[in-house]
Amino acid sequence: MTGTILGAPDMARALTRIAHEILERNGGPDDIVLLGIPTRGLPLARRLAERIAVAEPSFDAECRCGALDITMYRDDLHRQPTRPIGPTSLPSHGIDDAIVVLVDDVFHTGRTIRAALDAIKDFGRPRAVQLAVLVDRGHRELPIRADFVGKNIPTSRSERVAVRLEEIDGDDAVVITGGDR
Amino acid sequence: MKHLLGTETLSRDEAILILDTAEQMAATQEREIRKLPTLRGKTVVNLFFEDSTRTRMSFEAAAKRLSADVINFAAKGSSVSKGESLKDTALTLQAMGADAVVIRHWASGAAYQLARGEWLHGCVLNAGDGTHQHPTQALLDAYTARRHLVDSPTGNGLDGLRIAIVGDILHSRVARSNVYLLTTLGAKVTLVAPPTLVPVGIGPWPVDIFHSLDAAIEAQEIDAVMMLRVQRERMTGGGAAFFPSPEEYTRLFGLDGARLARLPQHAIVMHPGPMNRGLEISAEAADSARSVIVEQVANGVAVRMAALYLLLAGEERP
Repeated sequence: MTGTILGAPDMARALTRIAHEILERNGGPDDIVLLGIPTRGLPLARRLAERIAVAEPSFDAECRCGALDITMYRDDLHRQPTRPIGPTSLPSHGIDDAIVVLVDDVFHTGRTIRAALDAIKDFGRPRAVQLAVLVDRGHRELPIRADFVGKNIPTSRSERVAVRLEEIDGDDAVVITGGDR
Repeated sequence: MKHLLGTETLSRDEAILILDTAEQMAATQEREIRKLPTLRGKTVVNLFFEDSTRTRMSFEAAAKRLSADVINFAAKGSSVSKGESLKDTALTLQAMGADAVVIRHWASGAAYQLARGEWLHGCVLNAGDGTHQHPTQALLDAYTARRHLVDSPTGNGLDGLRIAIVGDILHSRVARSNVYLLTTLGAKVTLVAPPTLVPVGIGPWPVDIFHSLDAAIEAQEIDAVMMLRVQRERMTGGGAAFFPSPEEYTRLFGLDGARLARLPQHAIVMHPGPMNRGLEISAEAADSARSVIVEQVANGVAVRMAALYLLLAGEERP
């Protein structure tokens, strides 16, 4: 399987659906905080926040959206060249008793999310943590699952899933490359 | 980067990466829980052959905030006072499994020798060697200046800024490290010192030299002034061998309220500490709103966290 799996309209529809699912699951926008994991989780979190604000005008997309860099919590730091540390910015009122929705582009082994859970623990004690991802490609190595998924894409381990976002890459697409087949 | 020995060989990109990383490290120190798990299982040895309070504490705090184990080794009262060589000390540290050695030594080049000697596989951070280099101090000075004087600090250097370093250039490793680092980052450096405290062979240094602080303030638009400590312990010959009297030094080179008022409005005052109040800096200048001396100490921890992270966190290089 090689090629574009999601185009811009598919991605827009998936994000709109996830935004509504988040509202549905939590019975409204109260206490919801969206934390994007750099790099591509950030624009995704922002887009979800904007969509939630469209459905629920009381939701302030600007101040309910943040960034959570997990580099310093990774368990594979010593296996690869030193990584630069990305920005972390939390809503000014913190995340205590909030419902934190982690947002990432590709959900793979689950190790990034494990690191994110550790990072969250150092910032406070949210009431709940949920996970929203654009693509779930499987191959979990930890007992972690996503609450909101844009699209499930069965992949082989050797394939690469690249999410392209307009804010960073100039266009919206999910592309699969490589693979043995 | 395998070691951090000096600022002369640091590229602009490397220097900016350290400063940007320090920015993120500083942000983590605002959190509810300031300790990060990043260097869990790594051992950092503070190897101090010379007295130092703030640099050692700063490195210790930095290593502990990143969850590394810290072993402090002070030469006083150790096997070194029984005559052990640097090599044997290094082999001992290697046997203990040191992943990083932070070394402060009275001999110029000690850190270089430790890094090049192939005695240990860990990385070496120079915390001051003789009158040679003190790279983390220069980095924290650059970080502090960038934070105050550059509009959008992240990713940028110190381009176009004029920074004056005043005092005992001859004995100052802080000055040497700063001259190279600040120049690499695009700043222009002015040295202000009595002729006796300017090193021989300063010709190739990329600096302007003045022999009175008033002349420098008149001639140039100074954005930051860095006062150096008069190092009495290095001034053999009765302490007065390099200038006629402390009073005269203060009159010509001391920063007081009047001189501070003649600097541009935005200019900041820095000092690597410990200060001799009344000698190189007056209490009025040291405690003014434009003094960032206390902030430098806090920034020192962030910069050292960044250095430890960048040297230790990645995969081990051969």
